[in-house]
Amino acid sequence: MTAPDQPTRRRLRAKARRVWALIRKEWRQMVRDPSSIAIGVVLPVILILLYGYGLSLDVKNVKVAVVLESPSPQATELAAGFQLSPYFEPRFFNSMPPAQELLLQRNVDGIVRIRSDFARHQSIGDAQLQIVVNGTDANRARIIQGYAQGAVAQWGARLGAQGAGVSAGPVVVQNRLWFNEANDSHYFLVPGLIVLVMTLIGAFLTAMVMAREWERGTFEALFVTPVRSDEILLGKTIPYFVQGMVGLGLCLLAGKFLFHVPFRGSMWLLGASSMLYLVVALAIGLLISSLTRSQFVASQITLLVTFLPAVMLSGFLFDLRSMPAAVRLITYLLPARYYVALLQTLFLAGDVWGVVVPNLLVLGGMAAALLFLARLSTTKKLA
Amino acid sequence: MTDSQPDAAVLGRQIRKTFHRDTGEIVHALDGVSLEARPGTITALVGPDGAGKTTLIRMAAGLMRADEGELRVLGIDVAAHPQRVQSRIGYMPQRFGLYEDLTTQENLDLYADLHGITAAQRQERYPRLMEMTALGPFVDRLAGRLSGGMKQKLGLACTLVRWPELLLLDEPTVGVDPLSRRELWEIIEQLVHGQGLTVLLSTSYLDEAQRCGNVIVLHQGKVLARGGPQEVSALAQGRAFLAEPGAGQKARGLQARLLDDPNVIDAVPQGGLVRLVKKNGAQDPRQAGEDALAGLILTPAEPIFEDGFMVLLRRAVGEQGIGGSMTLDRPVVADASEMVVTVRDLTRLFGSFAAVDHVSFDVHRGEIFGLLGPNGAGKTTTFRMLCGLLAATGGMLQVAGVDLRHARASARQRIGYVAQKFSLYGQLSVVENLDFFASAYGLRGGRKRRRIDWALEQFELGALRRLPSGQLPGGFKQRLAMAAALLHEPETLFLDEPTSGADPLARREFWRRITALAEQGVTVIITTHFMEEAEYCDHVAVMDAGRILAQGTPAEIRRRAQPQAGREPTMEDAFVAIVEQARGAASADVKAGGAA
Repeated sequence: MTAPDQPTRRRLRAKARRVWALIRKEWRQMVRDPSSIAIGVVLPVILILLYGYGLSLDVKNVKVAVVLESPSPQATELAAGFQLSPYFEPRFFNSMPPAQELLLQRNVDGIVRIRSDFARHQSIGDAQLQIVVNGTDANRARIIQGYAQGAVAQWGARLGAQGAGVSAGPVVVQNRLWFNEANDSHYFLVPGLIVLVMTLIGAFLTAMVMAREWERGTFEALFVTPVRSDEILLGKTIPYFVQGMVGLGLCLLAGKFLFHVPFRGSMWLLGASSMLYLVVALAIGLLISSLTRSQFVASQITLLVTFLPAVMLSGFLFDLRSMPAAVRLITYLLPARYYVALLQTLFLAGDVWGVVVPNLLVLGGMAAALLFLARLSTTKKLA
Repeated sequence: MTDSQPDAAVLGRQIRKTFHRDTGEIVHALDGVSLEARPGTITALVGPDGAGKTTLIRMAAGLMRADEGELRVLGIDVAAHPQRVQSRIGYMPQRFGLYEDLTTQENLDLYADLHGITAAQRQERYPRLMEMTALGPFVDRLAGRLSGGMKQKLGLACTLVRWPELLLLDEPTVGVDPLSRRELWEIIEQLVHGQGLTVLLSTSYLDEAQRCGNVIVLHQGKVLARGGPQEVSALAQGRAFLAEPGAGQKARGLQARLLDDPNVIDAVPQGGLVRLVKKNGAQDPRQAGEDALAGLILTPAEPIFEDGFMVLLRRAVGEQGIGGSMTLDRPVVADASEMVVTVRDLTRLFGSFAAVDHVSFDVHRGEIFGLLGPNGAGKTTTFRMLCGLLAATGGMLQVAGVDLRHARASARQRIGYVAQKFSLYGQLSVVENLDFFASAYGLRGGRKRRRIDWALEQFELGALRRLPSGQLPGGFKQRLAMAAALLHEPETLFLDEPTSGADPLARREFWRRITALAEQGVTVIITTHFMEEAEYCDHVAVMDAGRILAQGTPAEIRRRAQPQAGREPTMEDAFVAIVEQARGAASADVKAGGAA
């Protein structure tokens, strides 16, 4: 290895000094500007509290109407199963109309109908049970459906154990949740939260502060100095990279101490994938702001192309596999998708290399491509 | 002459630049411009908004590329090697380019760091910059909290942390009060004449051109003239005169008539007289009937830069006269003794800051009343209170005989208001804008149609009626805004900085309309930071830092100026004298208070 020659070293030192001057300037602005504190610190905290405490996807105490058309012993037994379950809060009726009325008024989320001929059919092994669920919230509906099937299955098992000579019963559904044994939605909300916070700070905040410089004309004066475009980019990315990592730290602490989410992977892999994703987000923010050069437009576009997809299409709230093929294809373009996959795996399953490596590779490729584009689009030129 | 030094600091040949607006409009910002700036001099690009000055300066700074032509800065092809130029020059953009949430010192440090200035060099440099700009007491103040003049000085100081080989200044005095303007010019002249700096600057203030070694007059992307400022003034040699209005006639009335005369190139009121520039050669006999010059006693005057500039401008735009005469459908019956606006001890606080501080004045019906002052003097705040848009913190305020604190709606029906940036809907066409404002004022059916037709005709907007107002050239936007404010036939018209950024022709046209409105009984209250526009007013009030420092007729105000060597004192001289006197008294008060 040869030492760099004297002029190169001097040039690099001058470069470092200029970048450092820009970072100091950015830091002072960050501290003094209430809006960047709001986006960088207050918003992540609000998100943590909101997602952690306000939003829970767990379904408990579901109000259901149980319609018992004729009170045979088997039917009563089945109905009692709902009564005993912690997931249900049943109300009993002996005909459909009042139950339907309650469902329409949204006073109950579902109806379990045990027909008058239930006992007779059960004895010949083809008993049918009608479960009506309010499907306006598809997620919730699916969960309720699962619970109801579980309750029925339990009843069947009890019946079998009692040796009542009935083995059939309704379909027995074996419901088991992998990795999230407690079915605690915090387990997958916290990784999702990290994605949102990193997206906000990386893309949104960076796009805003870049666009502000274009808007206020401060770049115009800065450009006519020895400063180079890459130094301007570094001066912007380093402070917000640090802020993003602080945001990550906040989320990890909240995950561990507030929500007791297990972490099964290795910390250094989490750090590496987070840094990669942060670089991708920063590059998107820089790219958008240098293309729009207006705070308002930049914030709208950043929300549309980064934040909203990170919420809806990254697989953090909605299962990617259940999306239509066309939408699923779009999700492959989203960096958040790969980061969510990485986070969920690292948090809940551990270092599963078969998942970690491909996702890291995709994020790395995206980071390189987007940085290149951001560098191309940020020139010291007006209009 | 040294060999290493190029002959010209900036040398441009046949530069062209075309912009394609989002609206599909094609703007020829620079249309074959050549220029040269010699070392050790001030070269000024002079022209109204839209002339191409900023585009040219940005090109010299390597921030824009020309479509065609060649531009060498310090001997370097700036399009090919922008960074090599940018590392050696200083540049101050139009909007300061300061970081408002950094302090004065932090802004200076940032630029010193970027230029790689060592600590030793800073120790030598900073005290000199502070002495020059008088910013010493404000080093710890956030740049955003500095006054307009101080911001400009700080912007200038930031470009001087390292001695630049060329200084580019884009409209350095825009939005700066006359006092700070003079100080800025003194700094620039000292740098050039005392220390041999080369400066290329742009300005729309024609009087500033007179201070430069070399001027390039630009208009709509074309060079109208280049050379020494006296060469431009000389274009009006032997054609500039002063005329005295007859008994009972106002200077602005005579001026309006003179502008209609085809033998007159330009006329402006000045010091109670009218300054005019006659056309070259024999008088046109066909127009003898309208001869406003007949019977006037003309005193020859030394031509100034603006006279020569107007000769150039009229030549460039062709033979069309200066428009702006207009008639109202229903003249307001004027009773000059009646008071239209009465203001007593009007005060507006923003927190502990008094934007308007015990302001009192009266406006009589049918007069033109001018509020004069630099940006930040409190003119717009006063206006907003007069129009009922902002509640006063204290004091009494009557408009059209109505106390605005209780009956805003009925007062508003009788006033028209043209806001500073012309509140028009850019996506709506001219007619749609008028239709909207007419409806907003409650006009309907036949009256609405008649009023819109009147506005289109009187403001000569008929040909552009279908054009979105966002695409109108500046002067037309101002006309449309004024038309919209007059639709409901108000007795009183408020105009907030209507002429800022307008070219001299548009400004003359605008003032003719105002003169015509006043003659037909409309009371006009107007703010401006062009001091010479006070000459159009019947009464003016000079404002600074929220207070009225002087009021009276323009002649009374002018009398307070210090006598000037070799020329009559101008309105600006008077303003500077009044403000200096007031600030001197204030600091004397502070000193006296401190001693007590």
